[in-house]
Amino acid sequence: MDFLKHIINGLGLGSIYALVALGYSMVYGIVQLINFAHGDIIMVGGYTLYVVMASLGLPLWVAVPASILLCALVGMIIERVAYQRLLVHNAARISLLITAMGVSIFLQNSFMLMFGSAPKHISVFPSQLIRLGSLEMDSSTAINIVVSVMMMAALQILVNKSKIGKAMKATSEDSGAAKLMGINTYKVIAFTFALGSAMAAVGAILYCNTYPQIKPDMGNLLGLKAFVAAVLGGIGSIPGAMLGGYILGVAESLTMAYISTTLTDAVVFGILILMLSVKPSGLMGKNRKEKV
Amino acid sequence: MGSIKKKTGLYYIVNTVLVALLFVILLVLINTGVINRYNTQILTFVCINIILAVSLNLVTGILGQLVLGHAGFMLVGAYASALFTKNIGLPLSVSFPISLMLGGLLAAAFGVIIGIPALRLKGDYLAIITLGFGEIIRVVSYNLEITNGAKALDGIKSLSSRQNPSPMFIYGYLTAAVIIVLLFTFGRSRHGRAVISIREDEIAAEAMGVNTVYYKLFAFVFAAFLAGIAGGLFAHNYGTIDPAKFDFNRSVEILIMVVLGGMGSITGSVISAGALTILSEKLREFSQYRMILYAVILILVMLFKPSGLMGRYEISIPGLMHRLVRKIRDRKKVAKTGEA
Repeated sequence: MDFLKHIINGLGLGSIYALVALGYSMVYGIVQLINFAHGDIIMVGGYTLYVVMASLGLPLWVAVPASILLCALVGMIIERVAYQRLLVHNAARISLLITAMGVSIFLQNSFMLMFGSAPKHISVFPSQLIRLGSLEMDSSTAINIVVSVMMMAALQILVNKSKIGKAMKATSEDSGAAKLMGINTYKVIAFTFALGSAMAAVGAILYCNTYPQIKPDMGNLLGLKAFVAAVLGGIGSIPGAMLGGYILGVAESLTMAYISTTLTDAVVFGILILMLSVKPSGLMGKNRKEKV
Repeated sequence: MGSIKKKTGLYYIVNTVLVALLFVILLVLINTGVINRYNTQILTFVCINIILAVSLNLVTGILGQLVLGHAGFMLVGAYASALFTKNIGLPLSVSFPISLMLGGLLAAAFGVIIGIPALRLKGDYLAIITLGFGEIIRVVSYNLEITNGAKALDGIKSLSSRQNPSPMFIYGYLTAAVIIVLLFTFGRSRHGRAVISIREDEIAAEAMGVNTVYYKLFAFVFAAFLAGIAGGLFAHNYGTIDPAKFDFNRSVEILIMVVLGGMGSITGSVISAGALTILSEKLREFSQYRMILYAVILILVMLFKPSGLMGRYEISIPGLMHRLVRKIRDRKKVAKTGEA
C-alpha cells in the first residue's frame, strides 16, 4: 500500500513538472530554443500569488487569473525584447541560449532585490486528507493531478482544433512554408511564449499548493527538471511532455522513499543522460534526420 | 615564407619579454608590500579564472560547443588536490605541484567518462547534458564521506604565508602563462585546425577525413584537465572548499567571461576574466546589482555583437608595434618622395 501511496505522491509532483515541461516543449518545438528563463516564469507566478494574496489580501480567485495574465505578459515581453532580434536574424543557437541564460539571471536577481533572498510563506488551498478506501492522499496531490490533466486536454484541443493552434503546428513543422501560406509567424511565436508562460503560472500555483514556500531561485532546479521531463517525453510533443513529467515525478518520489532523499537530483539527471544516450528524440518524439 | 617565420620568431621573443616583465613587476610589488595579501589573493584568483576562461574557450570558442558543467571539473580537481596534500604527508612544496597534476588528471578522467556519451549530442542537448553531469558531480560530492559532505573541507594549507606572500601567485601566474602559450600553439597546429574545422562545419570536416569524434573528445578532455588544475589552485588559494562553490552559477560566470571576451579569442578571455574578477571583488557590496548588470550586458552583447566584444580577434602587442613602425616608415617614405 505504501508503494501505491508513493506513486500517487509522485504523480502529484509530476503534474507540476508536466505543466512546466509543456511550456518548454512548445517553445522548443517552434523556435528550437531552450528557454532557460521559463523556470523563472514559475517564480514570477509564485511571487504574483504571494503579492496578491498575502500583501493585498485579495482572495484566490483574483490571484490565480492575475498570476496567469502577468506570466503570459512577462513571457511575451521576454520574447519581444530578448529573443526576437536574434530569431529574425537567424542567429546562432549558442547566442540564443546565452541570451536565455542572461534573462534568467536578470529575473532572479531583480526579484531577489525586490523581495529579499529569504523564502516567503504562502498557502493556496487548505490541506485535507482524502480517503479512498484504504488509500490516503493529501488534497493538494489530488488537485494537482486533476488540474494538470484538465490543462493538457484543453491544450490538446486548442492546438489541434483552433486556428491559432493549427498555425502553431504549421510554424513548428516549417516556418518558411508557414510564412508563405500567410501565417504571421512572429505573432504565432509571441502567442506560443504567452501560452507556455501561462502554463508555467498554473504550474506555479500547483507548486505553491504542494510546497507552501517561494524563493527567488526556486525556478532554477524546477525549470531544469521540467526540461528533463520535456526531453524524456520527446521535445515538441504535448502528451510526451505530460508523460515525461509524470515519470519524473514518480521516479523522484520513489527515490526519496526507497533510496535517499538527497540523491533525487542525481537520479533525475541520470535519467536525462540515459535517455539522451539511448533515444535522444524522447519517448514520444519524432526522429529528425540531419540533412547536409 | 622565411620572413613570416622570422616575424613570428620575433613576436615570440617580444611576447615572452612582456609576460616576464609583467611577472617581475607584480612580484616586486607583492614582495615589497605595495600589493597587500588580500589583493595578492585576488591576483591569484585572476590567474585561476584566466585558466578557467581560456580552457572553456577551447570548447566553446574553438570547438564551438556550449558546455555548462565546467565548474564540475573544477570541483573534481579542487577536491582531489586538496585531499592529496592534506593526507600524503609530504612537504607542501613537493606535494602541491603533484596534487595539481593529479587534480587535472582526475578531472580529465571524468571528462572522458562524461564526454563519450555527451559528445554524441550537439548544441542545446550537449549544453543540458553537461549541465546535468555538473549537477550530478556536485550532488554526489554532497553525499560522500571523503569530501566531508555538505560541510566545508577546510584546513587546506597554502604555500603563501605572512612572511612570504608570493608563492601561490607565482604558481598561478606561471601555470596560466604556460596554458595560454599551449593553447595558442595548439590553435595554430594541425590538430587545432582540425578542431576549428569542426566548429565551422562538422559534416564537411568529417567528409574531409577529420576524425571528429576523436578531436571533439580531445578538446573536451583537455579543457576538463585545465579546469581540474584551476580547481587545485583555487582550493589552495582559499584554504576551504565546499560543493556550493562549484555550482551552476560558477559555470555561468566562467561562460560569461568567455562570451564577453569573444568566443574564440584567447586574449579576449584573458582580458575579460581579469577585468570581471577584479570588478566583482571590488563590487562585493553591490553583488545583486552586479549580477543584474552582468545579465543586461550579456543580453545586449548577444543581441548586438553575438561573437562577443572581441569576436575572434586576438590582441598582439608586437603586432601593434609592427603596424606602428610600418606606418611611421611609410610616412617618412612619402615625405622623402615628396621632397624629391
